[in-house]
Amino acid sequence: MPKKAHIRKVLIIGSGPIQIGQAAEFDFSGSQACRAMREEGVEVVLVNSNPATIQTDPGMAETIYIEPLRSDIIAKIIEKEKPDGILSGMGGQTGLNMTAELAEKGALKDVEILGTPLEAIYKGEDREKFRSLMMEIGEPVPKSIILTSLTQIEEAINAVGLPAVVRPAYTLGGAGGGIARTREELLRIVELGLSRSRIHQVLIEESVLGWKEIEFEVMRDSADTCIIICGMENVDPMGIHTGESVVVAPILTLRDDEFQTMRSAAIKIIRALDVQGGCNIQFAFRNGDYRVIEVNPRVSRSSALASKATGYPIARVAAKIAIGLRLDEITNTVTGCTPASFEPAIDYIVVKVPRWPFDKFKGADRTLSTAMKSTGEVMAIGRTIEEAFMKAKRSLDTDVQTHTSPSEIRMILSRPTDERFHCLFDAIRLGMTVDEIVQLTSITPFFLEKIKNIVDMEKRLAAAPDSDDEILCAKRYGFSTAEIVQITGRKPEEIERIVPAPAYKMVDTCAAEFPANTPYFYSTCEPVCEIVPTDTKKVLILGSGPIRIGQGIEFDYCTVHAVQALREEEGIEVHIVNNNPETVSTDFDTSDRLFFEPMQLEDVVNILKKDGYYGVMVQFGGQNAVNLAVPIEQEIQRLGLKTRILGTSPDAMDIAEDRDRFSLLLKKLKIPCPANTSAYSEAEAKKKAEQIGYPVLVRPSYVLGGRAMEIVHDERELETYMKEAVRVSRNHPVLIDSYLQNAIELDVDAVCDGKEVLIGGIMEHIEQAGIHSGDSACVIPTQSLPPGVIDTVREYTRKLALGLGVIGLVNLQMAVKDNIVYILEANPRASRTVPFVSKATGIPIAKIAAKVMIGRRLKDLGYSEREIDHVAVKEVLLPFNKLAGVDTMLGPEMKSTGEVMGIDYDFGLAFYKACISADNELPLKGNIFISVNMEQKNDVIPIARKLRDLGLILYGTEGTVDYLHEAGIEANLVRKVQEGSPNVLDMMRHGEIRLIINTPQDKKSREDHYQIMRAAVDFQIPYITTLQAARAAALAIDAVKREKMTLEPISHYLK
Amino acid sequence: MKAVLGLEDGSFVTGDGFGVEGECSGELVFNTLMTGYMEALSDPSYAGQILMFTFPTIGNYGADVQNMQSQGVKVLGAVCREICEVPDMKQTVRDYFEQKRLLGMSGVDTRSLTIKTRVHGTMRAALVVGSDDGDYAVRLAKKAPSISDCDLIPSVSCKAPYRIPGKGKRVAIIDLGLKTNIITSLTRRKGDLYIFPHNVTHEEIFGCEPDCLFITNGPGDPKQAKDAIATLKKCIGELPIFGICMGNQLAALALGGDTYKLKFGHRGANQPVKYVDGRIFITTQNHGFCVDAESLPEGCEVTFVNANDGTVEGFENEDLRINCVQFHPEAHAGPMDTECHYFDGLFRRIG
Repeated sequence: MPKKAHIRKVLIIGSGPIQIGQAAEFDFSGSQACRAMREEGVEVVLVNSNPATIQTDPGMAETIYIEPLRSDIIAKIIEKEKPDGILSGMGGQTGLNMTAELAEKGALKDVEILGTPLEAIYKGEDREKFRSLMMEIGEPVPKSIILTSLTQIEEAINAVGLPAVVRPAYTLGGAGGGIARTREELLRIVELGLSRSRIHQVLIEESVLGWKEIEFEVMRDSADTCIIICGMENVDPMGIHTGESVVVAPILTLRDDEFQTMRSAAIKIIRALDVQGGCNIQFAFRNGDYRVIEVNPRVSRSSALASKATGYPIARVAAKIAIGLRLDEITNTVTGCTPASFEPAIDYIVVKVPRWPFDKFKGADRTLSTAMKSTGEVMAIGRTIEEAFMKAKRSLDTDVQTHTSPSEIRMILSRPTDERFHCLFDAIRLGMTVDEIVQLTSITPFFLEKIKNIVDMEKRLAAAPDSDDEILCAKRYGFSTAEIVQITGRKPEEIERIVPAPAYKMVDTCAAEFPANTPYFYSTCEPVCEIVPTDTKKVLILGSGPIRIGQGIEFDYCTVHAVQALREEEGIEVHIVNNNPETVSTDFDTSDRLFFEPMQLEDVVNILKKDGYYGVMVQFGGQNAVNLAVPIEQEIQRLGLKTRILGTSPDAMDIAEDRDRFSLLLKKLKIPCPANTSAYSEAEAKKKAEQIGYPVLVRPSYVLGGRAMEIVHDERELETYMKEAVRVSRNHPVLIDSYLQNAIELDVDAVCDGKEVLIGGIMEHIEQAGIHSGDSACVIPTQSLPPGVIDTVREYTRKLALGLGVIGLVNLQMAVKDNIVYILEANPRASRTVPFVSKATGIPIAKIAAKVMIGRRLKDLGYSEREIDHVAVKEVLLPFNKLAGVDTMLGPEMKSTGEVMGIDYDFGLAFYKACISADNELPLKGNIFISVNMEQKNDVIPIARKLRDLGLILYGTEGTVDYLHEAGIEANLVRKVQEGSPNVLDMMRHGEIRLIINTPQDKKSREDHYQIMRAAVDFQIPYITTLQAARAAALAIDAVKREKMTLEPISHYLK
Repeated sequence: MKAVLGLEDGSFVTGDGFGVEGECSGELVFNTLMTGYMEALSDPSYAGQILMFTFPTIGNYGADVQNMQSQGVKVLGAVCREICEVPDMKQTVRDYFEQKRLLGMSGVDTRSLTIKTRVHGTMRAALVVGSDDGDYAVRLAKKAPSISDCDLIPSVSCKAPYRIPGKGKRVAIIDLGLKTNIITSLTRRKGDLYIFPHNVTHEEIFGCEPDCLFITNGPGDPKQAKDAIATLKKCIGELPIFGICMGNQLAALALGGDTYKLKFGHRGANQPVKYVDGRIFITTQNHGFCVDAESLPEGCEVTFVNANDGTVEGFENEDLRINCVQFHPEAHAGPMDTECHYFDGLFRRIG
């Protein structure tokens, strides 16, 4: 069937900000969909609130809106753009939910729903509909009962027994779900689940805990052709969300007849749902028996993994199917010679391991269950399972704590946390048998035997460090040279002489049956390498690895931009190394060659050794990539390679990181900075902090996303801090800075070519200095600084970029207090604000930087700093609703997972939009609860007055109400939490509070603050924790009451 | 234990042997399936061939004998990247190979050999287990006859006729190397099965008063099946005729059509075939020879083509009531997507 001729214009809804359960995979799938549509001559209208996405780049779609993903706003866009169709399945659950809401509103009367039909959305998400569909087609599902109220608990226990699984309907990544082992646990989880579900419905289900968890990615076209792209098997059995599980592809432990039974069921299900496109189907399997667990009638994180695991571009093909093309009419772009209507065959093993944020959230509950907590994942490819496991562990790039206590190991194994995968190795090291571990974990013994092989290999190496054969064998098991060095104590050079260089093999969708032209490679220890060195000028760009707090999709965005910029240049081949399966940078056609590899020093250097590289770019991948600059340069010299680190020299990077060298430079340039020093011991730290004067800001050097950074008020706090910080980073000193209270913080992103400096944007933070810049909302252009100060900011940026010798990107953090501009830090690399700046100003600074790094001049590239007459606000998305037990207070440690942008012609309107997009929608009427620190009472009065004048009703606890009354502002009294019920928590529970303004309190009322904030998160009540944000909120509410929000594509603002 | 695989182009690879010491020579072919290694190893169509798995770990769930497609392993030898030493099932593939005195080799860069096969076309090879003498293995490979000169069918066909009774339609089967699941698919539909050796005469077939004739899969060059072709010629027009794999090729040859050798064949569980109505099905395939579409006489319609390379995957002659497919609708290993389509169609056509 040819494509549907009447579909000329299609709306694609993105998935919004990165959050737990919804990460970069939807930028990857959305971008593929945009390209696929345009290849077919279909015009694309795209809506997304997340500026750090490739899909929102100019040229990806005809019309791009960076607007809140709220159905009334999208309905207006539909009215204006009049698309013929809406592609429902590309924006994750957000996209599906939005499509359903739009349809319910009647906004899709003239718009055809393409891909996932409305009924499939309901059947996929509404448990009862899903169940009855499965029964209709004779597919088994776990026994279950639907609850809409807490009163039905006993009924539920009678029907399905305990333990039972709780799954709320219509939530992302299973948020609010869990496994209940007792009646009390069940009550607690159900209450939470009901409040999270869009339709106030949860499902209580027969527990299939411990069964194998199997997934299929299925595709279907309009001619009813169905194919399985990939089967995947979770190493962690049922009970842990697949996004939280270690997953292997293909399925390894099922016989063919078992596999085929579920394959046939999967096909039956996609047919019954009438999905035209991609669908993810999950099964539980035990002893020949299976249950259908879940269906996601859309592209998903699993489909992104399946795409990367097989090379098959699921989103691209799904998009083409949605507009009517048949699978056999679509070319498999990987082989270029076969149609997309086949099933990939793979000749390697893929392992995915999630990356959790618990290094950032010490208080969080680390237990893994059916709700997602991880922020990202890594994928590794090997020719053996052992090799893939070892490569995945290396790719994670986390500090792993080794456990040696048997009781602790048993605890982690039986009540799994993020540490379980590593703990399996510890358990075997300790001598636990595979059978014992199976008892505790229900993990299929096959996988444990593979882990045992690895541990046995460690032991053999340790026992015979001089055996070259054992070293060769370890290499085949995927051990890195560094790991072998560590175990054997031999020199790296000796090991290198013994082991052959790795071979690179191609991912080609077809196990070599057909010649492929996609340049997608992984390394393995085998004789034949498929890469033939060439004379072309090649550049290797380091990607950013798994998404984690502090190193998010922004760096992937920069990586992709760098690639795009260099591919525009004549005669340069651009290669990427990365290990994150969710991203655009690891899409098969983003670069000229993709290496899906760990990114430790030797993995990168191995690539450099394989082929002659002109240069390496480390600036775009975030701090991890930057940290490799110096070691890579040393290796290049040692090996005598002709490769260079492109852009800013590693030495200049070191100046920026080294406090002493940096201070000297600032002194030379006559640029002020807060008093600062560094210390290598606790005693030294105490002495120096005393000299600077408390409060001080302390942190280890070489930080990522402000890890372990704190504001310390006295010596006692410093002592506590030093014990933790020194453990975090033993090799580097602790940095101590004077903390500028109530200063305005600025971020500047600029490009320097060694002669000239181009300022991309100057951003004013909405929160005060001291809150991590990654967690702070910010605005372009600055709102409260006089022109003179801005000129100083420009001058310092220029001087510092040139003084440091920056070639490429630089991000500066500054603070302004009493009109004095201080430099807080300089990062000669891509920053997380680069995408925001690019979107807000239209200057693609990462692309410009990449060109400058290969020798182009700024003056020839034709860009200059832009004056804009619109306002763009970046707001962040915090993960507290996904992580129980986490302190919601913001500080110098970064906590946010993603960001959104609000754009309009007025600050208030832009801020309002940003708040909606960040799931923190400001109320225009109703009750507001205010509780602030006594020291801030004078500052809160004008804000409270403004909110009162805007018609909102104020509530507060005793102290706050008293001083508001004194200032002549009426406010209603409500009890503190400690004062018993009914109190503010009860009001929140009953939905009577629409906004909470609660700033950090003294120690005494910390518990109250914590409970209120936790309740705000759990009941999804918007909240504000800083006075600056409260002031901005008042402005925003005022603006929205006065004038209409602008609804224009991004190109309109940048005209 | 050492092992070496020599190829007719003069190259060889060494690896680790499993099973028992010994040697074999024949065609080296690769299969891309990811599950179902025991089904493949026991598929009689692999007689005369050394089977290489592109999937790197074989034996993950042990030697599951219940899914085997004939009594025992039929390949000359198995070549893989790795065999699993500790699967969840007790009996490992290694144990099985030792017990049944078979030849196997692991530790091979199978991907590079697959690429070589793809570029070069199928090669003759020799597997020597217990030695790493590459030159010897190469000499052995070069001495191996071409598959088209091998008479492989008698070794895998039944020796005497037998019956598997059923309450439904009577199906006469010429066994050229029958896969167990063809029987399963026919008996599931209550077929009353009369199974004959490859050299059966048409009189014997008519003697059982069948409702149709079914020709099975089998090894090697279809032109070697001279007896079966002769019998088939006499049955055409008299009986509805069905066939799978070699059955498809023999029907074409009996009609005066031609077959030819593919460069490296189709072997895997992911092969797309396109039906006349435009639908695509994913199928299991195992063939090195193929029907020449141009050679088919008038009245024949190609019903299935391979979506990858356009080769014939099935044809029909309505007047003569012939309906055959080149792929394996009985699957095992592989997808069941065409099982109903083909076998239901077969029984619908005969009544």
